[in-house]
Amino acid sequence: MSKRIAYCAILITLAMIFSYVEVLIPVNFGIPGVKIGLANIVILIGLYVIKIREVLMISVIRIILSGVLFGNIMSIAYSMAGGMLSLVVMAIMKRCKGFSMNGVSIAGGVVHNIGQLIVAMLVIKNFRLVVYLPVLLIAGAVTGFLIGILSSGIVPAVEREMEKHTF
Amino acid sequence: MKKKDIILGLTIITVGLILMLMMKVYHHSEGNRIVIEVNGKKYGTYSLDENQEINVDTEYGHNVICIEAGKAYMKEADCPDGYCMRQGKISKKNQTIVCLPHKLVVEVNGEQHRTSKASDNENSASDIVPDAVVK
Repeated sequence: MSKRIAYCAILITLAMIFSYVEVLIPVNFGIPGVKIGLANIVILIGLYVIKIREVLMISVIRIILSGVLFGNIMSIAYSMAGGMLSLVVMAIMKRCKGFSMNGVSIAGGVVHNIGQLIVAMLVIKNFRLVVYLPVLLIAGAVTGFLIGILSSGIVPAVEREMEKHTF
Repeated sequence: MKKKDIILGLTIITVGLILMLMMKVYHHSEGNRIVIEVNGKKYGTYSLDENQEINVDTEYGHNVICIEAGKAYMKEADCPDGYCMRQGKISKKNQTIVCLPHKLVVEVNGEQHRTSKASDNENSASDIVPDAVVK
């Protein structure tokens, strides 16, 4: 049990460091608000190596903590909508046959952006924001793909380490 | 990387590109005025024909929208991210500039008829006075 807690703590820390790195070095896609979403590497890997409820907990805590540290209450709302929606979709996609981590990650990235767009529309009460949907779809697919590539490279190493320290 | 991953990725990108193309067509015609909305409520309507600077001060913050040579852009904003100032100039129908932290949307509108209030004010309007302020 204590080992599981330690693992979760490490993953939360890692996700927060990724969030911070992203604040420091924003990868600019030329579109305001589009980020690569490095912290999603942790969430995606988590989906493959630990239990889903632990991933959920890591995601929620990471969003609240990094929102408090680097953002504000609104950024927590945006991240929470995107993060929760993408986590649910990624968990479902993972159960579907025929998709590897890349596909799961692409779906997660796209849904993440859709979630944030919905919150943005609710916040400013203007549904014309839907004009940003095409850009966000493409951006989500591209960033999701990149995160998928990175994560599928990391997972084997994580699994090896976890086998050494069995729970 | 499996076949389904590629199909999924390409489908999403294709849908995005098609929607983009449709919006390009949709955005084709030039508009003649901008509508500023704050928190879902109309703040004012301003003609794109005259050069002007519009100060928008609300409970959410301060924005300056500038109209120059028939195009509108966000000149100043005290929002934390400043994304609104990087959204460029707009002049085509349905194009928007959004300042999320201030719940502000600037939208180009092309309707010919104007509200009576707008035309009333227009006669006496100097360069910096808005056509209409509806709160």
